[in-house]
Amino acid sequence: MTNDASNLAICARGLVRRFGDLTAVAGIDLDVRRGMIFAVLGPNGAGKTTLLRMLATLTAADDGTATVMGHDIAAAPQKVRASIAMTGQFASLDEDLTGRDNLMMLARLWGFRGRAARIRADELLAAFELSGAARKQVKDYSGGMRRRLDIAASLVVTPGVLFLDEPTTGLDPSARKGVWHLIRQLAESGVTILLTTQYLEEADQLAERIAVIDHGRKIAEGTSRELKAATGSGVLHVSLADQSQLEAAAELLAARLGSAVQRSPEGAELSVPAGNAADANAAIAALIAAGVSVADFRLGAPSLDEVFFALTGQPATSETPQNPEEAAAS
Amino acid sequence: MSDITAAPAEPLRKDRAALGGAPGIAALRHIAPPAPPGPMSNALVFGWRAILKFRHVPEQLFDLVMTPIMFTLLFTFVFGGALAGSPGEYLQFFLPGILVQTVVFNSVYSGMGLSTDFQKGLFDRFRTLPIWSLAPFAGLMVGDLLRHLIAGGIILGIGLILGYRPEAGVIGTLLAFAMLLSIGFGMGWVFIVLGLLVRTPMTVMTLGFTILFPVTFASNIMVDPATMPGWLRSFVEVNPISLMATALRGLMSGTASLSQIGLALIGPVVLTLVMAPLVLWLYRRR
Ligand SMILES: Nc1ncnc2c1ncn2[C@@H]1O[C@H](COP(=O)(O)OP(=O)(O)O)[C@@H](O)[C@H]1O
Ligand SMILES: [Mg+2]
Repeated sequence: MTNDASNLAICARGLVRRFGDLTAVAGIDLDVRRGMIFAVLGPNGAGKTTLLRMLATLTAADDGTATVMGHDIAAAPQKVRASIAMTGQFASLDEDLTGRDNLMMLARLWGFRGRAARIRADELLAAFELSGAARKQVKDYSGGMRRRLDIAASLVVTPGVLFLDEPTTGLDPSARKGVWHLIRQLAESGVTILLTTQYLEEADQLAERIAVIDHGRKIAEGTSRELKAATGSGVLHVSLADQSQLEAAAELLAARLGSAVQRSPEGAELSVPAGNAADANAAIAALIAAGVSVADFRLGAPSLDEVFFALTGQPATSETPQNPEEAAAS
Repeated sequence: MSDITAAPAEPLRKDRAALGGAPGIAALRHIAPPAPPGPMSNALVFGWRAILKFRHVPEQLFDLVMTPIMFTLLFTFVFGGALAGSPGEYLQFFLPGILVQTVVFNSVYSGMGLSTDFQKGLFDRFRTLPIWSLAPFAGLMVGDLLRHLIAGGIILGIGLILGYRPEAGVIGTLLAFAMLLSIGFGMGWVFIVLGLLVRTPMTVMTLGFTILFPVTFASNIMVDPATMPGWLRSFVEVNPISLMATALRGLMSGTASLSQIGLALIGPVVLTLVMAPLVLWLYRRR
């Protein structure tokens, strides 16, 4: 891809942010082309929120530079603000006001007057299927409704870049699908979207490019396909008929193929990178020879989960997403 | 729907059919920002928000006036006779003081509101908007002043029902309310600072009242300091709260001197001069 400054929505170089002794973001470079959906993927505490907050002018960078829609975040924050919107990890809404009042307040802050503010609010409510709850206080909204209103609040004026911090964390599967649909529509209307997620599937589904970050560093970047390719030719998945043989099988596979073995969350399946089909074949033969009853096996391209595992040596989904209420109170 | 913006609507970036024809998708078409509003206009929006809160959360008014009403009734009827000879005479002394106390206590609630807004992430939204960065605080002040007026009005009304009579009449009462608003404005800064520094609204409240209870009780709001021990009396006499209560009494009875008014205003002026830049600094640093 060509990255001359004029077609970049975001261009960051060496961004650093420290909190006391902790370096939350430890020098991140980012190039996000205009109009694309870009995902920042990483586990809890990786530094995703801090990175987004720096780009959205909410947190000052300790080191490094960045431009957003051509404006420097340090030198021209007000210009950056005029061309972005951010929907944070936790809804930033006034719980005491109605959904409509929240949107009207923002419309007025953007400069819509009187009737125009009302019309814009109602239009957004309709688009986000919230017209029925327009006059309800936000404190009575469900999680999915809040999330939709919070995204609507970012679209009062079409932003050049929309930052979405974990847009579907804490949502049920159907609400999540709804938000995905919305994000795709927004991207098609020309908005650049930088989203963060802990869900590999989400990044895979939505994003054209993905940056994987861990402990404040970018450990990989590319398309979903490139990331998968980077981890090697393939992964051998083995299902066992007898769960009690799991440990023995894992040890044997690790020894045969010389790579770490990952267990599926249900524990019934083992996955291990395999150099080629012959190695995989030999490993299966060895398992059977050792008396392990193999129910099923296949050799496939690695999933993003396995990519993360290969890149960091840890499963990406080991930490369960935080409950928003708890996190806000802590 | 083209009358949304003053500016001409920009053409769709993509053919609408490409958006899948989802309902209401027109709202997602490109909307350009209208002409940027000025700082005053921004501040007024936040003032409007404060007023909306009254409508949506009328309970807050109950919180604001319950304590002063209880104080007025208890002090007047329980202690009034003993302190001033008769409840009626005591009310005449006490009412201007309780107005000061009401306004001072009410500023705690604005600090709590601010802390809540920070906790809920509302300020993150405000801070990513291209608005005058102090507009939310200006709006907060507008809401506060309104709250002071309403609460003060209710307490005055109850006082009038109980037999309180401001000798200085309507003009004196209006001047007294102007003084109350100045006091509220000055005190407001203290709690905006607390709201910026303290993470939870409950802590703001606890801290606020821990400071305010001794300061308001060790003043001349409830009793004349004549019977207090000397060390306490010397504190009470210079306590800014006493100076405010004295000026308010003077204004409502028509006996206020310019020096009384000047002394009462020292507190609010100093607080504003010190705290406003502090608020700015704390907010920018956050
Ligand atoms: N305001 C803050 N003060 C101190 N530490 C913080 C603050 N914000 C984030 N951190 C720390 O920085 C690290 C990265 O946090 P964050 O950016 O929120 O990660 P993520 O969004 O990927 O979960 C974490 O260890 C977190 O505890
Ligand atoms: Mg986060």
